[in-house]
Amino acid sequence: MSKSRSSHIKLSQSPISEIVKSIPPSGIRKFFDLLSSIEGVISLGVGEPDFVTPWNICEAAIYSLEKGYTMYTSNKGTPELRAEIARYIDSRFGLSYNPDNEILITVGVSEGLDLAMRTILNPGDEVIMPDPCYVAYPASVSLAGGIPIRVPTTEDNDFEITAEAIEPYITDKTKAVLIGYPCNPTGAVLSKEELTRIADLAKRYNLLVISDEVYGQLVYGVEHTCLATLPGMRERTILLNGFSKAYAMTGWRIGYAASDKEIIGAMTKIHQYTMLCAPIMGQMAALEALKTGDSEVENMVKDYDRRRRVIVKGFRTIGLSCFEPKGAFYAFPSIKTTGMTSEEFAEKLLWEEKVAVVPGSAFGPCGEGYLRCCYATALSDIEEALKRMGRFIKKHRKT
Amino acid sequence: MKKILEALEKDARLTPEQISTMTGTPVAEVKKVIKKAEDDHIILKYKTVIDWAKLGEDQVAALVEVKVVPQRNVGFDAIAERIYRFKEARSVYLASGAYDIAVLVAGNTMQEIAVFVSEKLAPLDAVQGTVTHFILKKYKEDGEMLEGGEGVKRLPVTP
Repeated sequence: MSKSRSSHIKLSQSPISEIVKSIPPSGIRKFFDLLSSIEGVISLGVGEPDFVTPWNICEAAIYSLEKGYTMYTSNKGTPELRAEIARYIDSRFGLSYNPDNEILITVGVSEGLDLAMRTILNPGDEVIMPDPCYVAYPASVSLAGGIPIRVPTTEDNDFEITAEAIEPYITDKTKAVLIGYPCNPTGAVLSKEELTRIADLAKRYNLLVISDEVYGQLVYGVEHTCLATLPGMRERTILLNGFSKAYAMTGWRIGYAASDKEIIGAMTKIHQYTMLCAPIMGQMAALEALKTGDSEVENMVKDYDRRRRVIVKGFRTIGLSCFEPKGAFYAFPSIKTTGMTSEEFAEKLLWEEKVAVVPGSAFGPCGEGYLRCCYATALSDIEEALKRMGRFIKKHRKT
Repeated sequence: MKKILEALEKDARLTPEQISTMTGTPVAEVKKVIKKAEDDHIILKYKTVIDWAKLGEDQVAALVEVKVVPQRNVGFDAIAERIYRFKEARSVYLASGAYDIAVLVAGNTMQEIAVFVSEKLAPLDAVQGTVTHFILKKYKEDGEMLEGGEGVKRLPVTP
């Protein structure tokens, strides 16, 4: 059989791997494509701050570029940044990590998550996670050859995952629990009491825990508890955090992982072959952020809080039930009373009122009946969006 | 009180109802707090910052450094008061360094400002000398950048 020498290669079967084929397409992507065709949309569908990175942080990065800092850094990340992160974790949480071998600078928390999964999972290992959850969680587990196990969370208990809910899902294949609180998409936070119960469960069943705390500084009226600080958890927790949300540095792609040295060593091994290192200018910016960024973060949090209150009250006023989110910058109102599915509601709302929200179903089956609405958006936009949604709901009221 | 004032400082046009929602304080309480802050001169003024240059309006400003002979017992306060009572003197500061008092003077023309400095400010008894710097271009006023900052747009939907 002669091989075709034409420039277009025809294959008798798909070149795509089975694992990748098995990952469902992102519900968010589909919505994004829909949205691009419409003009004048008010979007509550973003997942990033509406602040620009504070100027002094940008300036530090620009200065470093002028000075010629454009080369590779150590795979682990610059020693200055790792040291500063260790100092930050120690002063904020009283937890100490050795910056030499227990901290790794990653390309965003996204890479940290991917590395964590590839480091710990053998084929067929199960990872338990809440539902709804951030879209990358199940995908990162599948891509690493593992099996994502979703545990339902509900509006009744403010979308907190509980040890009680997790336990029945533990099997002899369960390797780890993956949690991300404060939570994207729900805005839920986990109380110290519940975290302690989950920690106890992890110890009892000898599970690892991956804790994505990227929204840890965006909390309102409550304290954020770092899982790794709980007794006996430091050696079995992979702590993931980053600069994207608190310091409005989403585009810089800088995050970090902190854990026991064996785990970080293994994550670094993968990282050195795949990414090599996180961008040096991002690391320079992150260093400046840690040294001087706290007062800016405080101002941003106050600003988010004001808008959080406006949007939650707004939803309740137009007739949607919405639990009070105490973290991140998302509200997760229920549209169950309208009788529409999340996707239906979101699509119709977009066409009829030019307001974009993300259907909760994009984050898992338990997100069905809900919408993810981001309040990291101008107040005037939030108010206008609420007005239009109120009109939409009145129009589509179930008779 | 602090939360209410912080919200008002960002946007003076917020209604008490909006501030009430933003801070979780009942509306009546918000109104009371604002009134008290106004009465106590903690809230000095509600202001709109306008970029007159965009309207083609000529607005001239100058920073005038004033060297002063401080008076017995009262120091600089008395002379500062004589200066700040002039409406042309928009801002008056006591400063450290080569001169004593900095005055921001506003007027319709350079001539007007020059006349104010030479006929009203410099002749004051306690004033030893003045140095006038005319402001050529305003980049930022009261925390607001006057040009640039087009606002790069975020992608409308991101995970």
